[in-house]
Amino acid sequence: MTRLVDVASVIRSKNAGPYELTLDVIFKDRAWYDRALREDLINPALIARLYGVPLHDVLGIVAFEPANAIKATIKRPMVSGAIGETDVYGAQQHAPLLTLRFGNDPE
Amino acid sequence: MPALPPIRILSPTAILGYGFPAASFEAGLALNPDVIAVDAGSSDPGPYYLGAGVSFTDRTAVKRDLRHMLIAGRARGIPVLVGSAGGAGARPHLDWTVDIVREIAREEGLAGRLAVIPSDMDKSTLMAGLAAGDLIALPPGEAATPEDIAQSTYIVAQIGEEPLIAALQAGADVVIAGRCYDPSVFAAVPILRGYPRGLALHMGKILECAAIASLPGSGSDCMLATLDETGFVLETLNPARICTVTSVAAHTLYEKSDPYHLPGPGGALNLRATGFEQIDPARVRVTGSVFEPSDGYFVKLEAARIVGYRTVSIAGARAPDFIAKLDEIIAGVRARVFDNFPEMQAGNATLIFRIYGRDGVMGALEPERGALPHEVGIVIEAVADSQDRANTICSFARSTMLHFGYPGRVSTAGNLAFPYSPSDFKAGAVYGFSLYHLLRVTDPVAPFPFVMSNLEDPA
Repeated sequence: MTRLVDVASVIRSKNAGPYELTLDVIFKDRAWYDRALREDLINPALIARLYGVPLHDVLGIVAFEPANAIKATIKRPMVSGAIGETDVYGAQQHAPLLTLRFGNDPE
Repeated sequence: MPALPPIRILSPTAILGYGFPAASFEAGLALNPDVIAVDAGSSDPGPYYLGAGVSFTDRTAVKRDLRHMLIAGRARGIPVLVGSAGGAGARPHLDWTVDIVREIAREEGLAGRLAVIPSDMDKSTLMAGLAAGDLIALPPGEAATPEDIAQSTYIVAQIGEEPLIAALQAGADVVIAGRCYDPSVFAAVPILRGYPRGLALHMGKILECAAIASLPGSGSDCMLATLDETGFVLETLNPARICTVTSVAAHTLYEKSDPYHLPGPGGALNLRATGFEQIDPARVRVTGSVFEPSDGYFVKLEAARIVGYRTVSIAGARAPDFIAKLDEIIAGVRARVFDNFPEMQAGNATLIFRIYGRDGVMGALEPERGALPHEVGIVIEAVADSQDRANTICSFARSTMLHFGYPGRVSTAGNLAFPYSPSDFKAGAVYGFSLYHLLRVTDPVAPFPFVMSNLEDPA
């Protein structure tokens, strides 16, 4: 079954300011973007489960049609650069999204 | 009213000091830009650089980029603007950059009017602002306290385009500004000349990362925008890169939680009606972005303070039994350190074990922590209220872990592989962000006056 990594050209994470981590998925074409929206592929409950965070720490999911993109933003486990930080730029927090498949297929 | 002629803005690189191919810059000059502007900063590299007053970029690399820009700007009589000087944009970063500018001017015999715009905030002003309710938290951040202000080593505001415009109106040829809202340096000249603020700022938002918005993206190549009264066209200056609707639109998402609503000084960009159009195989036209002024004018503050001193020790482990029991071993080492140094329990020191190969990158967010690797990298880190104490805690934790006995241990000569001698590294002062809040100002220009001099003046 179709894996997200096969239909996305970009799957990335980055700080959005020091308090937030934002996850971007940019689909290769409009059809897959539309299907992801139709199936509600990327939703707050999924992000909470993938990252092991409470639902209220998933701050928003936004679809951005001009880029065929869906963005999810979570609260950072700590303010960027605080003692215990593992990723100051937040640029390597995307990996859990790589396991996603359409249709809630088992992996 | 007669139509304004198109205005061209050249952005040489994503961060001053990240470099650009000379051929790309020359190709940009061949298109007769009206402005050369660059963003020199970011808060991305973390609180240290702001708090310590040092640049995260290299002086020689910054000088190389600035030399190209200043020579071209003065030869053509077009303004050169640098925002967020020195990376974090506080006074020492600004002075560091101005020193480089004067050095280049001297070496190249450049003359012209130089405006320097500090964006540091005075602590007493902020204390008064806090008391008046003008210092506002940005969720999920918490409300500021007087201690946050008092303990900060440097406090900067991300200034809008207005203080830059004031300097340009006074005749500045070169503007070196402290911390700026990233788009400000690109939007200042167009807004001064009457182009729509929303389009100018959206253009600046894309130009601030230069060729990162192209395909293949690069943080060290040039980008040029041509702005008119209804939109702007983006183009690369390197035949190896193109702008596509996706590359440009994708950049609008970058580092933002909501791409349709991008707040900045004095208001927000609304991109609900923005259109991205591929006008030829390499260029994209953007239209429809509008600026919506906010009720009151707010600037974003950034500040950092010392939170301790750090020492780290780097090691690895290859023994399967050790890796399998790592959590117990770490708990045992931690208990031994606490037992020997009870002051740790008073909160004067923090001991951290980072396990690369398991959850060193994602920490609490790691979903696959249970999968055991055949090898792990270990960083033992102590942060304490003095460098001496951090050294002691790190050293003691390292030696304890090296020889820690655990059930079933067969490699009794030592648990850790050290790549270095000495094994421990003093990392010095550790900074944390102390402010990331909004401040209401009554005037976007008055708190950030420029200082005008001549490029050729001695420092």
